[in-house]
Amino acid sequence: MRTPTVAALSGWLRDTSVYRSIVRHGVEDTNLNRSLVVLENLFLHVHPVKVREKTLRLGHTFWLGGITLACTGILFATGILLMFYYHPSVPQAYQDMKELQFVVDNGLFLRNLHRWGAHLMVFAAFAHMLRVFYHRAYRPPRQFNWVVGVVLLLATLGLSYTGYLLPWDQLAFWGVSVGTNMVRAAPWIGEPFRFLLLGGHVVSENALLRFYVLHCVVLPVTLILLVSVHIWRVRKDGGVQGPPEDVP
Amino acid sequence: MSSSDPMKRRDFLTLTGVGACAAAAAGAGLVTLDFLSPKVLFEPPTRFVAGTPLDFPEGTVRFNREQRAYVIGTSGGVYALTAVCTHLGCITRYLSDENVIACPCHGSRFDVEGNVVHGPAPRPLPWIEVKQDTAGNLVVDTAAVIPAGTVLRV
Repeated sequence: MRTPTVAALSGWLRDTSVYRSIVRHGVEDTNLNRSLVVLENLFLHVHPVKVREKTLRLGHTFWLGGITLACTGILFATGILLMFYYHPSVPQAYQDMKELQFVVDNGLFLRNLHRWGAHLMVFAAFAHMLRVFYHRAYRPPRQFNWVVGVVLLLATLGLSYTGYLLPWDQLAFWGVSVGTNMVRAAPWIGEPFRFLLLGGHVVSENALLRFYVLHCVVLPVTLILLVSVHIWRVRKDGGVQGPPEDVP
Repeated sequence: MSSSDPMKRRDFLTLTGVGACAAAAAGAGLVTLDFLSPKVLFEPPTRFVAGTPLDFPEGTVRFNREQRAYVIGTSGGVYALTAVCTHLGCITRYLSDENVIACPCHGSRFDVEGNVVHGPAPRPLPWIEVKQDTAGNLVVDTAAVIPAGTVLRV
């Protein structure tokens, strides 16, 4: 009996009706098929089919948007895992955080990965914004994508800030007390907005639950939608722009 | 379309439909906002009974740990200060041998009238309301800030 080779096996796989129902284009290595790989895939099609080689070099964009996106991926993965052990209630939240640190296998690693990933994401997002600014990549036709990026930065800061309360330790409690007192300073809407944000007049169990819902549902969903628009607009606006060529 | 033309049936229906949707969306928004405002809160009460005026002869500074407030007796009256530092919200304490209110977090110091003696606190400690109930007890409300210098005459 002939031993099946990898090529023969993958050839057989690509001929099955199940595979053909998912991937409709051919397997030959042609320019058309290579384009169709991207065009016929919901997730890949937000990217351009073709990019210039120089735009992939580190010095072109410093990969800062990509680093921010990679952090987002890490934070979703670690965050969902942390949610399996975390109850947003007082005093359970603090005990769950300690349980993750000292009892749960790899809990400390995941929690620290989530924390450091969050710090890096905020830093990379700011660096990405500066890079775009100094490369003049915010100019037409990219002005709308700049605005989407600003909203994404606010969503990132919102995620960072709401996550700060969740450990329910002294740092979290006083950090959020100080932050929500700053909200109070806004004219007219400051006081009612703070009341809605905290679900009360002081940082309490209501505030913990509200921050938890914002941190785990509202802001992540906003982020997914806006990141999709942001990356798709990069393609629509003519690909990433690195250093302007006309700079002497 | 000039103003004398009757509105087209299609335009009227479009406008009515869009208007109805907009009204429904605005209503849903208001209802959601109302939903998000809690109607019952289980926060600790901000009013407490501090004692009777006889408990506060001139020069008494009494710290209420639970309510985070000082009730202070002065010549001819009683007043109260919040014990929450105006810098970053730590709880201050009264040092009787120096007659100052000091914050353990960043070293702010206040005199017994709440004035800043030493930074980094940006503002004096707010004065809070003291009232007498019908039985003559002193009732302090930590949520009611009143102008500094308002002493309850007793």
